[in-house]
Amino acid sequence: MVRVQRHPFDPWAEIAAHERQYPQWAGKYGATAVFVGSLRDFNQGHTVAAMTLEHYAGMTEKHLDKVSREAIARWEILDPLVIHRYGPLAPADPIVLVAVWSAHRDGAFLACRYIIDELKTRAPFWKHEETDIGRRWVVPE
Amino acid sequence: MNTINVRYFAGIREKFGRGQDVVNADGIRCAADVWHRVSGVSSVSAPINVLVAVNQEYAPMDHPVRAGDEVAFFPPVTGG
Repeated sequence: MVRVQRHPFDPWAEIAAHERQYPQWAGKYGATAVFVGSLRDFNQGHTVAAMTLEHYAGMTEKHLDKVSREAIARWEILDPLVIHRYGPLAPADPIVLVAVWSAHRDGAFLACRYIIDELKTRAPFWKHEETDIGRRWVVPE
Repeated sequence: MNTINVRYFAGIREKFGRGQDVVNADGIRCAADVWHRVSGVSSVSAPINVLVAVNQEYAPMDHPVRAGDEVAFFPPVTGG
């Protein structure tokens, strides 16, 4: 399941809610891999007071759906949970959650890594941060 | 509808000073033609750091574009 949303979320509550949504999963998975990306209060040597995430609505969801489907085709995993914020964010806010359930740890770890890496390099989001030296667009590392 | 919807994001949106344009599709064959039309740049190659999407899928600059399509130009992405 993919969700791109403006409002804040609690990743741990979302994971529990996703599991409740699939009661038939109970006993079917032996591994859950979770990645949570949060906003730091520093970046590239400067203090970050706030950040705004711009995104391309529509293309973002399409891209994340495609990446999720690719992961399901490649590894034996259950429906992954991918949540990503856009709009204004404050330091310590969770930005992104990727959670993957699988029978074994290899599939869970590899699929989780695949989804977050594909998201970071291809999903159309742009970070604009407010730092102690002014506002700036973040450039990819 | 003989037009193409053009979208801009992030730093490119700021450079254009707007988030979108609607351009006439006459004379436009590919995404590069759209770029030249909206940017007023006549050189063949677009800046190397501009990414292109046609109908919300990544595409190269020489990807065909037709009336009714949505073409987006944006800088390298920084999500996650």
